[in-house]
Amino acid sequence: MGLAKRIIPCLDVDHGRVVKGVKFVEIRDAGDPVEVARRYDREGADEITFLDITASHEERETMVHVVEEVASQVFIPLTVGGGIRAVEDIRRMLNAGADKVAINTAAVFNPELVREASSKVGSQCIVVAIDAKRVSGEGEPSRWEIFTHGGRKPTGIDAVEWARKMEAFGAGEILLTSMDRDGTRIGFDLELTRAVVDAVGIPVIASGGVGNLQHLAEGVTEGGADAVLAASIFHFGEYSIREAKEYMAARGIEVRL
Amino acid sequence: MSSVIVIDYGMGNLRSVAKALEHVTPEARVIVSADPGAIRAADRIVFPGQGAMGDAMRALRERGLDTLLGEVVRNRPFLGICLGLQALMEQSEEDGGTAGLGLLPGSVHRFPSDMKGGDGTRLKIPHMGWNQVHQCSPHPLWRGIPDQARFYFVHSYYVRADDPSVVAGTTRYGLEFVSACARDNLFAVQFHPEKSQQAGLTLLENFMRWDGQAP
Repeated sequence: MGLAKRIIPCLDVDHGRVVKGVKFVEIRDAGDPVEVARRYDREGADEITFLDITASHEERETMVHVVEEVASQVFIPLTVGGGIRAVEDIRRMLNAGADKVAINTAAVFNPELVREASSKVGSQCIVVAIDAKRVSGEGEPSRWEIFTHGGRKPTGIDAVEWARKMEAFGAGEILLTSMDRDGTRIGFDLELTRAVVDAVGIPVIASGGVGNLQHLAEGVTEGGADAVLAASIFHFGEYSIREAKEYMAARGIEVRL
Repeated sequence: MSSVIVIDYGMGNLRSVAKALEHVTPEARVIVSADPGAIRAADRIVFPGQGAMGDAMRALRERGLDTLLGEVVRNRPFLGICLGLQALMEQSEEDGGTAGLGLLPGSVHRFPSDMKGGDGTRLKIPHMGWNQVHQCSPHPLWRGIPDQARFYFVHSYYVRADDPSVVAGTTRYGLEFVSACARDNLFAVQFHPEKSQQAGLTLLENFMRWDGQAP
């Protein structure tokens, strides 16, 4: 026995409200991040990730309050991503009670931010989020590139190389999302997951494409991921986190039950 | 109900520790401070910490807390967390060799980079996530927590104790390391009880109700 593979529900938050329709019959206010986080905590989530999708910079302060509220009531690790551009943003989230901060686009435009942040607050607090899309054609060796702006803008940066570089810059963890699979519910891009897992020595969280429990298990057994992140299969109450863990445990995966 | 002080010496974010203590004992006074007078006046002491050992020892010395900790560690319930366990030891390999507070017999070492898991894959450093803690002997702080319960860890260095009688818990990650120490009124853990959901909250609640007597 040893370290458990982690299951991480992810919540999109806009102006302090959970969006993308969380539907739990038992919850009075499915838009309240605190209520939803408490529910996942009770079900046995190993961590919770909040993605702040608020468009305007001025309203980012709302997210700080959300983190403060959640961190006062939910005692598992919390990760916050979205709109992180400077070490100051990171500090604000950590002081509010976040344990880790995910840096995405800002790392692409300013990789030094990852180096600066990890030396100031510690690598264990810095997650680099990578949005990757397959760019190789039929019959070519597989290749993925980093995309920004929700997968619309290519950067020409090789995703596997980028993961290695971010580790060297001090990232403590990689949150790897397949933009080809995100929202499709047909499973992770396991080849991408495996390629990044094999390239780095830091934990990798697989994300993008989960539609059922088998997909979650495959992320670990075939993709080699240390943690699996999903949104919709948990939000709509199709599966509880507990069910997901029992499913994985039955397949020989070590989980915290 | 009693007061508890979370010692704030600039090493990591202590908000979660304070919030968790408030959560388990709403009637207690939870103070976050480095003030020597406040530390002496508190009924219970929590000594947390995250980051590098060299920085931690410097921060403690600058605030005159190194000698004060040696004093208060002897006479009231005291809980070390993470770096707050490691700093109690005599010596650490971190930062080219750093002397600790020397309040517990043992040393701190970096996990070897070539450790392999049961399935042959390379083990990652830091050791981050939920791992099991074997309770070596009964203790008031383990009350209500099953043996081998999982707690949340984040660390790259681990403790080796020179005296087996101070080992209260062990964990396996490539090798077996000391994840909890206990002696008299002192208890210290490598994991983060404030981030370990029910098992962690139970441990904190046990600490808040502990009279400081060893079992």
